[in-house]
Amino acid sequence: MSSPRDPRLVAVGERLREVRAVVPFLSSKGGVGKTLVSVAAALALSRRGLRVGLLDLDVTNPTVHVVLGVRPGGVAPKEEYGVVPPEVSGVRVMSVVFYTMGRPAPLRGESVSSAIRELLSITRWGPLDVLVVDTPPGMSDELLELLTYIRRFSSFLVATPSRLSLESTARLAELVTGRVTGVVLNMAWEVPEEAVRLANRLSVPLYVLPYDSSVEVSLGSPERLVATGFARAVDAYVAEHILRLLSTAPA
Amino acid sequence: MLKGPRADLGWVVEVHEWALAEAVVLSLSQYLREVGWGRASRVVVSLGELQAVDREVFEFALRELASLYGVEVGRFELIEEEASFECRSCGFRWRLRDVDLSDEVRESIHFLPEAAYAYVRCPRCGSADFALVSGRGVRLEGVEP
Repeated sequence: MSSPRDPRLVAVGERLREVRAVVPFLSSKGGVGKTLVSVAAALALSRRGLRVGLLDLDVTNPTVHVVLGVRPGGVAPKEEYGVVPPEVSGVRVMSVVFYTMGRPAPLRGESVSSAIRELLSITRWGPLDVLVVDTPPGMSDELLELLTYIRRFSSFLVATPSRLSLESTARLAELVTGRVTGVVLNMAWEVPEEAVRLANRLSVPLYVLPYDSSVEVSLGSPERLVATGFARAVDAYVAEHILRLLSTAPA
Repeated sequence: MLKGPRADLGWVVEVHEWALAEAVVLSLSQYLREVGWGRASRVVVSLGELQAVDREVFEFALRELASLYGVEVGRFELIEEEASFECRSCGFRWRLRDVDLSDEVRESIHFLPEAAYAYVRCPRCGSADFALVSGRGVRLEGVEP
């Protein structure tokens, strides 16, 4: 008797069949604002009339729901030939938090991979123009799962002007080479030469988002978030960029 | 878990088990193409206790989906695997049946077995750092031509 591979890996492709573009936001350091940029981009695209999904790939420390004001247990995926993500402010949202209810879930590497495979193989997104993926920092299991099993994606690298952030982002860029569509410099108090060089080396645009203190008080309210200067900049640069990507993607 | 009436009685199955069975059938279909077999006489699938899959519904979904995707299978054999854990801190081993979990928690674990890490702790030392040794979820064990 011979043994095929993990069945979930084949199912992942099927579940994403009707998704035109997968757009992850990546960084190798924490605290650079990936979650906020991801959520703001998803909301902006939805408000422009696109069908948008938002996947929180951080299985041990999910926070997308915090930005959206979703209380764990308040909404839940619907069981329908798998699970259908709930819609929050026009965006279909999927997160481990719907099952862990915000409790600490300390997973080691293999379990992280397994949780991601399970989530991707049972989630029925339906037809989407864009699936925005918020990722945890680093270059470990979550990113490797993404690289290996979602082969076709266009990512944004998110960094701050700190040299620590830019150096590690440059390292990350080597890993995802050929699959970066833009660099976002977030909370930018300056535009360092390294950021410009990184974007030039990757032949992608550099989008500069200034620090906006009003973002913190908007957490939990999509309406307040989209009204911030930060979200308007994400809309003007990042969402606009994704729209251009879609104009060349197959319908 | 079971949303609607039972499929084997002519009703509609809309449950999560459908997606799990679909993953098995799609994987099986791809595998048969890779090894060049026209059909499988026997397919063994293990069902981990932790995921608490409805065996009857799952079996029905396997047969329906195999027909839908044109995958010829002599028989599906389902085996059940007991869920067990081992504490990485004190080495204690225990079974799922030793743990008291609410229906709501069991439902969460049914959809995502790794959610167990949010609810289960080592019964001896209370550590959250434990390994799921066996009985996680659905696994395609093997195929015979």
